[in-house]
Amino acid sequence: MEKLRRSMMFVPGNNPGMLLNAGIYGADTIILDCEDAVAITEKDSARNLVFQAISEINYGTEVAVRINHISTPFGWDDLKRILPAKPDLIRLPMCQGPDEIRQIDEFISEAEHKHKFPAGSIKMMAAVETPKGLRLAYEIASASPRMVALAIGAEDFIANLKTTRSKLGRELLAARGQLVLAAREAGIQCIDTVFSDINDEEGFKKELELIKEMGFDGKSVVNPRQVSVVHDFFAPTAKEIDHAQRVLAAYQEALEKKSGVISLNGKMIDLPIVARAERTLAYAKATAGKGGK
Amino acid sequence: MKNSIGREIPDFIPGLGKVTGFGGAFARKPVGRTVGAALSTCLPRADKRLASIETAIDAVGLKDGMTISFHHHFRNGDRILNRVVEAIAKKGIRDITLSPSSLNTVNDALIPYIEQGVITAIETSGARGKMGRFLTEGHLKKPLHIRSHGGRAQAIESGAIHIDVAFLGAPACDRYGNINGIQGQSACGSLGYAIQDAAYADQVVAITDNLMPHPLFPISIPQTQVDYIVVVDSIGDPAGIASGALRYTKDPKELLIAKYAADVMDYSGYLQQDFSMQLGSGGASMAVGRFIKTKMLERGITGSFGVGGMTGVFAEMMEEGLFKMMFDVQSFDIPAIDSIKKNSNHLEMSASYYANPHNSGAIVNNLDAVILSATEVDVDFNVNVITDSNGVIMGASGGHCDTAAGAKLTIVVAPLLRGRLPMVKDAVQTVVTPGETVDAIVTERGIAINPKRLDIIDNVKNSGLPIMSIHELKDIAYKLCGKPEAIQLSDEIVGVVEYRDGTIIDVIRRPIF
Amino acid sequence: MSKLLKLAQAGTVESSDILITLAPADAGTGIRVELVSPTMQQYGAHIRNLITKTLVDHGIEDVLVNANDRGALDCTIKARVITALQRAGE
Repeated sequence: MEKLRRSMMFVPGNNPGMLLNAGIYGADTIILDCEDAVAITEKDSARNLVFQAISEINYGTEVAVRINHISTPFGWDDLKRILPAKPDLIRLPMCQGPDEIRQIDEFISEAEHKHKFPAGSIKMMAAVETPKGLRLAYEIASASPRMVALAIGAEDFIANLKTTRSKLGRELLAARGQLVLAAREAGIQCIDTVFSDINDEEGFKKELELIKEMGFDGKSVVNPRQVSVVHDFFAPTAKEIDHAQRVLAAYQEALEKKSGVISLNGKMIDLPIVARAERTLAYAKATAGKGGK
Repeated sequence: MKNSIGREIPDFIPGLGKVTGFGGAFARKPVGRTVGAALSTCLPRADKRLASIETAIDAVGLKDGMTISFHHHFRNGDRILNRVVEAIAKKGIRDITLSPSSLNTVNDALIPYIEQGVITAIETSGARGKMGRFLTEGHLKKPLHIRSHGGRAQAIESGAIHIDVAFLGAPACDRYGNINGIQGQSACGSLGYAIQDAAYADQVVAITDNLMPHPLFPISIPQTQVDYIVVVDSIGDPAGIASGALRYTKDPKELLIAKYAADVMDYSGYLQQDFSMQLGSGGASMAVGRFIKTKMLERGITGSFGVGGMTGVFAEMMEEGLFKMMFDVQSFDIPAIDSIKKNSNHLEMSASYYANPHNSGAIVNNLDAVILSATEVDVDFNVNVITDSNGVIMGASGGHCDTAAGAKLTIVVAPLLRGRLPMVKDAVQTVVTPGETVDAIVTERGIAINPKRLDIIDNVKNSGLPIMSIHELKDIAYKLCGKPEAIQLSDEIVGVVEYRDGTIIDVIRRPIF
Repeated sequence: MSKLLKLAQAGTVESSDILITLAPADAGTGIRVELVSPTMQQYGAHIRNLITKTLVDHGIEDVLVNANDRGALDCTIKARVITALQRAGE
């Protein structure tokens, strides 16, 4: 089972109080942010603080760092400073093409070699925030074996489209759909953009419903209060769990009987259904681990 | 001597005399009788009204060395306590023992009267702000005597506190001295603490800004207990008496703690049809109500009663039919005051009914669950709510140890860290509530169940909640912060913390700043 | 670098942070730390030592440090000292 990334929570990289508590809310991934959440005059502070935080705090979950883009004066310095702390994942914002991924990949490889980290242990993901990036989404997704996910950054994207964000999200429909296709073709995960009005719980749930239907694996969140809402949404219902368990039992039985045909209640079950059942149970397990009744 | 929780308590404390050390939450069996107020009489058609607070001080014959009491229902809006002490000082009276049900920061204004020797002893629930620091520095002649709300009721009824004169702010008072707390510009809701004082003080002076025709309705304190009435312009500042509706916190860390606490209550098995509960008024403990409410609605269960320290949050649940009734010793916000005014199932109760361990059964004994806040807890589950990590008095005992002793399930919520300071420690600075009465400590990074509660440990073990031993919890804190150095203390005792049964559970020694 | 080139600052006075100000000092005056902290009794000595050690590890011999602590953890203190040092050497 691949690593779940239902919730990827941004944490401002220059805020010690928030960095300290980043791990307690149960987010599947925390993203320590050196980019948008950090003032241009504090980029140096943030990368030093993020380095120390990763080195000294046991977060107990996947730790990603959103670096500044490598075309800015900060991107490479971020990587140089932070890679020795061995983050689990580097998130590149505003990705415009596969070359950027390959350059960073190479840089990470050197750092892994230098610090004697297992080769390939530091993963990557990229956010697509421009029409060009979207057109090249599959190339980006498949540019490095380190790539585990594509994300969409809506605010910049919408600005590029010369439209505005709406409640229904029709303006993002094409982009989201294309991103899912690219990620799936490359065999990696697909993460939706943030929903920034933290007090609009209804709107947040509507958007979750939409992206779950579209096939996204998870969502970027900006507030800890959103984490459990996302997880509840991605949690399978009791009925789904029950069905998945019976599918797997039937599959197991078929394997034991060395039968080529799997059936449940008279219905044929093919391998994609088995795969989906496995996925359902993995989600169920991840959700059950976090308490709550 | 060391008391039963290992705290070093001198047998004799200057200013207090010989004391008895704490010997266990239910170890002390009361003997003897309750005391009563001095006999008095009032002739038919007599007028109880006096012209001023000064006249009242003369009329009651207040003398050096007497004990005067006040209620704290007006919280930071109180205009009575400071005003009365100022009048007493002007008359040259000295050596007064001040016995208010609690002190608020508005009472920082009393500091000069302590310096002048007008007030030489204070017995109350706690102190905050400048007063807390001032008392910690040892400027009061006798050590600050801290009692819980139930302990104060017990002390009044047993005679350990003898109130010579109670000066009671009365939001509504009729011409013959009947009082309630729900009418008038200074309405504060329940008068639970004042009810206690009125019944046992030798003399009672009602001070009101709302004199009403006789007879008043409803009556909280009867005319039979009130000797004099003084009418003044204002007894309280409404803005300081009660806040607007206390709302749930939006702080994600407090919400996480609250959710964990509600889950612990749920898995422990106490969230059943007709359960009863009390919520503290801290951010996290109050927010537990929100999660409990969701669980009740999901499961289709209703509760029996709530106890407090009432807030509109609880009143709302009662009005929605989620609880049958509420017992209210003090009303914290405007919606709670409105509720006690209009809802006949929202009952006012005295401090003794609330929490006194030495009567025939206080309501805390009927509680299924209580959620309490804490300043610090330790690996023995002892709780401190009175001093900060530097040993400075900054809180109040309140009903903490009373409800913990009474409830079947006591959950203490606290952040694991405040700034850099760990809140789960090897030993708390000051013990207010003994660990034997605490069942669970809930923090944002883990939950510890008291090892003597094997039943709860068993019930929560498959919950998926971050259950760990209290030592593991402390280790997480120490790993993040480092082990704190002990603060330096002098030998001078500046405060004693009395357990609800009248024994001494801890003393506060003056820190060397 | 055994001596600072210029005055530099890093950090904030927000809760859980620390504001570090480094001022150049004459050779031979050593590392002096002026610390204000709400946890002076519990961690004062530890924080001074940590600041001093971080500076020594970076080869600093003479500096005047003003540290206004708001309950920062070790990782924050180190990060702020290092940032201030980098700024002082720019």
